[in-house]
Amino acid sequence: MPVETRQLKSVPAASQTRPVYQIARLSKTYARNQLVALSDVHLTINKGEFVSVVGSSGCGKSTLLKIMAGLMPPTTGRVVLEGEPVVGPRRDIGMMFQQATLLPWKTTIENILLPIEMRDGRAAARDARDRAMDLLTLVGLGDFANVYPGELSGGMAQRASICRMLVSDPAMLLLDEPFSALDELTRDFMNMELQRICSERHATAFLVTHSLAEAVFLSDRILVMKARPGRIVEDIRIDLPRPRTLEMINTPEFGEIVAHIRDLLGREAYS
Amino acid sequence: MTDATQQDTDTDADTIWVEHEALIDRIPRWVAMTLLFIVVVGIWDLATRLEWVSRIILPTPGETLDDLIFVGRNLASGGYMLEALWTTTRTVFYAFAIAIGIGFSLGVLVGETKFGERAVMPYLVAIDTMPKVAFAPLFIAWLGFDIASKVALAAFIATFPIVVATAAGLYAASENERMLFKSIGATRMQTLVRLKLPNGLPYIFTGLKIAAVGVMAGAITGEFLGGGSGFGALIRQSASQLDTPRVFSLILYLSLLGLALYFMVVFLQRRLVFWNKSQTPGGIG
Repeated sequence: MPVETRQLKSVPAASQTRPVYQIARLSKTYARNQLVALSDVHLTINKGEFVSVVGSSGCGKSTLLKIMAGLMPPTTGRVVLEGEPVVGPRRDIGMMFQQATLLPWKTTIENILLPIEMRDGRAAARDARDRAMDLLTLVGLGDFANVYPGELSGGMAQRASICRMLVSDPAMLLLDEPFSALDELTRDFMNMELQRICSERHATAFLVTHSLAEAVFLSDRILVMKARPGRIVEDIRIDLPRPRTLEMINTPEFGEIVAHIRDLLGREAYS
Repeated sequence: MTDATQQDTDTDADTIWVEHEALIDRIPRWVAMTLLFIVVVGIWDLATRLEWVSRIILPTPGETLDDLIFVGRNLASGGYMLEALWTTTRTVFYAFAIAIGIGFSLGVLVGETKFGERAVMPYLVAIDTMPKVAFAPLFIAWLGFDIASKVALAAFIATFPIVVATAAGLYAASENERMLFKSIGATRMQTLVRLKLPNGLPYIFTGLKIAAVGVMAGAITGEFLGGGSGFGALIRQSASQLDTPRVFSLILYLSLLGLALYFMVVFLQRRLVFWNKSQTPGGIG
């Protein structure tokens, strides 16, 4: 049982400016149709920072996420996580998808241990069971460890997939519209949960989303992307105090930021 | 209290009403089955009594029942019919095992590798469109009049549904699931064994059910054409002697073998694919 990975308590926010993920001169052109999905992207994400990217469909944000996850090679540019170039999937990257994507023939806890089972084998997965239980308790699913995913609600399934993302204690969390399939009330709740978990673990996260309110609610920085070619047009710092509450969504400051981004994206939509 | 709520309490009786269900949907299964049986046998009986058809072509239900009992006695006492049934049973099980082995392997080749998809699949489709029963004389020429030629024909017929179902099952894993496995560093073999195969099991079992039916048809066709000592040979013999009640009762006992095979597959499916409850009408699949 590796004790050093049980950092469920918050870590003092001291060395906040250490860069975790660095991207420079990144571009991606699909060979198939010569489509320029990304052009000259520069991005640095610091330790403990929550960065979101918003933009219309086809602006290249999913491509950016896939390259950051090591699921797809870039055409040009430098992609570096924790000082190491990303040249494939890595254990220090945790991912969440639009769907919870739990295997229906495995129990919740077996699903959570899947990344460890694949990389280090069944024995390692057995050894990590306590840590998986801690994570399940952290998201309030302690009683559902031995239940099959068919019996979980959509929100519970996504909470389980949060645990699966966290189980190998990644340095970087990549979230691909994780709550877009959930109803609005569940989504609000999940965003609160995600904020709590990220701040408790001092996690560094990168979120792709369609929801401007979700992006503003969760982020320290929001990148606004535009299409043809896919590029970052603005990097907005969100200085709303933390922890953020759902009531803050109705404040003028919150509304101003959302309106600003909507204006940026809207101009593109009508042009 | 406001006027509005005051008014509501004036009509505070519960609103109880019953959803109407048509009579035909309300008949319990055993009643429905018995009813249909009586109707069909009744029409059959009437047809023979009123001599709509000749007795030689269609025996009466009574004659058929008598013969069913006779064949049943022969089977129970270990007579020559039991031996014939045992021959056919062996043929069917050997053929099913071979079809599963070859069909599954080819299915994985087609579903998992680009080579299989590009090179093997077109040939399989070409062979599958041929009437496979037409190969029976070839199998007899190659393997003789013994059980082997019947096994070959039955396996040949049953292989294709398993290939197609296995390949389709492997394709069925969603984009998200593939991405998940890639992102957690799963090897190709791990992705195949831990994701694509379990995920494809419902498809594979559908193929196995089709193959179970095909293997029976293949074995009996082989016995019709290649003689030997199986149940198919008995049926052909009785038919050539215009012993129609015997043909009927042999077919009925043969269907028990087919049912046994089918339900073995269903049983295995229930055990292995416990997370996916099949939605076949009547709950028999």
